[in-house]
Formats: sequence, C-alpha cells, structure tokens
Amino acid sequence: MKIVACVKRVPTTEAQAKVSADGTNIDPAGLQYTLSFYDEIAVEKAVLLKEAAGGAPEVVVLSLGPTDGSKELRECLAKGADRVLLVKDEQWAGHDARATAKLLAAQIGGLGADLALFGRVATDRDNAAVGPMVATLLGWACVTDVVALDVAGGKGVAKRESEAGIETYEFALPAVVTCQKGLAEPRTAGLKGIMAAKKKPLDEVSAAIEPNQAVVAKLELPPARPAGRIIGKGADAVPALMAALRTEAKVL
Amino acid sequence: MSTIVVHVEQVGGATRRASLEVLGAARGVASSVVAVVSGDGAANAANQLGNQGADRVVVLKGAGTSPDALARDVAKVCKDTGAKGFLAASTGTGRDLAPRVAALLDSTLFADCTALAASGGSFSVKRTWLAGKLVANLTSKAPVLCATLRRNTFAPVERQASAEIVHTDASTDFKAVLKDVAAKVGGKLDVSEAPVVVSGGRGLQAPENFALLEKLAAAFGNAAVGASRAVVDMGWRPHGDQVGQTGKTVAPQLYVAVGISGAIQHLAGMKTSKVIVAINKDPEAPIFKVADYGIVGDAFEVLPALTAAVAAARAQG
Repeated sequence: MKIVACVKRVPTTEAQAKVSADGTNIDPAGLQYTLSFYDEIAVEKAVLLKEAAGGAPEVVVLSLGPTDGSKELRECLAKGADRVLLVKDEQWAGHDARATAKLLAAQIGGLGADLALFGRVATDRDNAAVGPMVATLLGWACVTDVVALDVAGGKGVAKRESEAGIETYEFALPAVVTCQKGLAEPRTAGLKGIMAAKKKPLDEVSAAIEPNQAVVAKLELPPARPAGRIIGKGADAVPALMAALRTEAKVL
Repeated sequence: MSTIVVHVEQVGGATRRASLEVLGAARGVASSVVAVVSGDGAANAANQLGNQGADRVVVLKGAGTSPDALARDVAKVCKDTGAKGFLAASTGTGRDLAPRVAALLDSTLFADCTALAASGGSFSVKRTWLAGKLVANLTSKAPVLCATLRRNTFAPVERQASAEIVHTDASTDFKAVLKDVAAKVGGKLDVSEAPVVVSGGRGLQAPENFALLEKLAAAFGNAAVGASRAVVDMGWRPHGDQVGQTGKTVAPQLYVAVGISGAIQHLAGMKTSKVIVAINKDPEAPIFKVADYGIVGDAFEVLPALTAAVAAARAQG
C-alpha cells in the first residue's frame, strides 16, 4: 500500500501581506513560510496509518513548491514519511486550483497511490478545492473535512464534520481524504527522526503546468473597519451598549 | 445573457438561508437561473424556488447519499443547460460539491466569494486571501464560472413567479456513500450560519463558564456560541465551534467576543462581521482595534448584565 500526503508551503499566519508594485501579486519580501496547518495533519495521519499497519505502507510526501522549501519537506521525513517528491516550481504560489489539481493528479496517478491525504484547505488561498478536484480527475472516492479515518482491506471509513453533525462515509480505495483538525495531532520530530531524515530520498522533478483560468485583475488591502469606541467599564456600560446596538448599529 | 445553475440546500423542505442568498446573487448576473435540489423534502422546497429566484428547478430524486454522484448529476445539469456559471453556498456541503463539479466541467473554482459581477460575457469575483489580509479581484477564463459564495454577503430575492419543475432520477453509481449522520445535540445553530455569534476565549477561565455565553445566546434567541482557538486546543469547546483561520469564517450581523484577546488567527475568521462587540479586561487587547463597541471589564460581571438586558429587550419586542 502506498499513501501520498500532499503539502503546500504557505506564508505564516503572522505574515504582513503586501501587494507587489504591479498590483497583481503578493510581495514576497519579508514573508516567512510554513507548511499549511491542515497539511501537517495529513502527514501525521499518513504516518499513523503506516505505523498501525506495521510499517508496511510507504508514505510519500508530494509538494508543488520552490526548491528552498525543502526544509519543511525534510521535516516531514523526520516525522516519519519515507520519501519526498517535490515538483519544483518557483511560481508555486500563483497557480489556480484547476492547474494545481491537474498536475498533482498526474503525479499521484503516476505514483500508484492507494490513498491521497490533503489538508482540508490551504491557509493562503482558502480554496479547499484541490483535494476533491484531484479525486474527481482520477475518478476516485473522496471524503472532505475528515475527523476520523480507518483504512483496511482496500476499504475506508471516514467521519466528516458537517453543519448537520458528524457524517460517516464508506468507500473503496483508491481514495482522497481531506484532513480536518482533530483527525491527528502532528508530532514534533525527535533527534532520531531528524538523523534518519538525512538519509531519506528527497527527489525533485519538473512538470508542465496549465495556465490559470482564475486571472488576478488586482490585489488590494481590505477596506479598514471604521474606528470603534470603548463604551465604558464593567456592567455599568451595558445600558449604553444596548442603546448603541439598537439605535446606532440597528442590529437588535 | 446566460444561464446559471445553483445548487440549493434544503432541510426538510425548507431552503437554507445560504442558498436563498446564492439564488439572489445568480439572479443579479444571469438571464436564466436553474436550481438543483436534492434529498428528503426536495419536492416541497422546489415549490417555493420560483418565488426565491429560480426559473427552472431540477429535483434529483433519491440523491443525497453520495457526494461524487451528486457532483456528476449537478455537472450534467450544467452541461445539459449550457450553463455559463455554477454557484453554491460556501457551506460545508457547497464547498465539498463545487470543486468536484468544477473538475467535471474542466473549470477552476472560485471559493468563498464576497462579490460577483458579469460584464461583456465574462465573470469577475472578489475574495479574500491570506486570512482576510488581501482582497483578490479575479477574472474568470474558465468555460464555466464555478464559485461558492460567502454567507451573509448576498441578498436573497423575493418575487412572485413560478418555476418550471422537472423531476429526474439521481445517479445510482457512486464511489463514497453516506452511511450515518450523528446529528448535533438539540439542533443547535452552527456558528457559520447564525445571525448572532457570541464567542468566548481564555478570559472565561474554565470550560463550565461557557454556560454564561450559552445563556446570552439563548437570550438573543438566534445566536450560536463560538470559541477561540486557545480554548478549543485546551479541549473546552468542540472544534466545530472554533472561529478563526483554522476554524470557521463567520460574518454575522453581530459578533460578540468575550475574553478573547484578538490574535490574528481569530480576527481572520470574524472581522467581516457587520457589528463587532468586544468585552475584555485588558484595555490594550487587540480585539478592541476591530470592535465597533467595547466594554472594558470582567466577563463574569458584564455577561449576566448583558444577558438580562438582551432578554428584556426581546421581551419588549
């Protein structure tokens, strides 16, 4: 069995977003990067499934990203993944969901994977699209926003968090699962893992990617919220707050 | 002018508010709106959809148990009608469905859009990137514009019109199938759809103190209780209640943040709320920078007073 965990390098939550001079790109100057929060859960779940199966399944971390992102990818190896396949692309952050999904679907198909795990959403573009798109392109089963997952005998059972409650799905492999918080708690890499990671393969390949259908016309900073005010202190301020909500904000 | 297909969500025959908003948005950019509705109660919901903006309704009989089968059925409606657009609500269901439909139509996805416009035969949208730190104005070169629309952002329409209703059998082959739904306790409102959200953070000091927020939510009557990442990570509240970059994005009429300092990660999930009220002991807390109204004070003192005032205001109507 082969499990692929797909990861994306994204700016950190604390990053100050700036627009490039031409108004259509994110200015990368000074940005710090990390793996997208939910992608770390995907890697952890892949490693947990491998460990639960006695170490037999191979865990491949797949990423479309820049060469200088290999620090984050090495960390995945230190946490238990077997190898990394990096599709090198210095423009990795600029592709739309369809272009990315087509490229990853071809790679995942080529790897002969049984299960592909994605984070439920990448925290930069907030599309939550690539996982289900890859599944659809490959004709695979897909369950999104998964908080519990069991895989055995070529079949899977996944619990999905929805507005209605917790939904349970059954499916046959191969499948795509997108990982929600709660599915697994990413581990910290230990010294042993870090040493082992140095000997694991991190293969870089190049691949053609389709042009975007989502074209950036303009990036801008969001309009600033009008300045608010402190109504007062403690419970004594409640009547003034109620008056403001009723007559000024008109939300009561 | 063009045809737009809308996936409509309904519960027991009542169309969800989020879908009414999508129908309203579709009406604004299309000459013809085709609604696709499925699940128990779909036929009842269909009868109202003409008044809510649809010209034509496709009822998928027997659908609702497989997300991949639903996507194929919806994509087929898009192809059969020659649709130039496919829209769904930015709900859990919509965000699961839309990328699958987009892939079947060889189109990309525009997720969680806050504006939608059509001009000269092409569509453009607005949406936020990097947790709300940037607004992206995007133009679609996709054969079919596939988009999900942020809740509480587009206005529903009300009109007197009847839609043509077509019943069709849902596809019966599927890859993944729904076996069970463990419904939420007491049918509580989800934070992402409630008109009022009252959220608590570390300032509430202990999980049992969220009872104070539950009481405030009950006083509002239409409120859901949310939580900061810190208290979810400590296990005080379920992850489904988390508001923020790694939780849910909410845009209610009124957002009340209690004992929440206002980390970037939290602000990302709530700063497009219409009105924000912050209650915090620390006058320097960053939450006051995005709040319209702030009270500096102890949550344990302010919350009961606020709950009583809201209950009294509602009693007066």
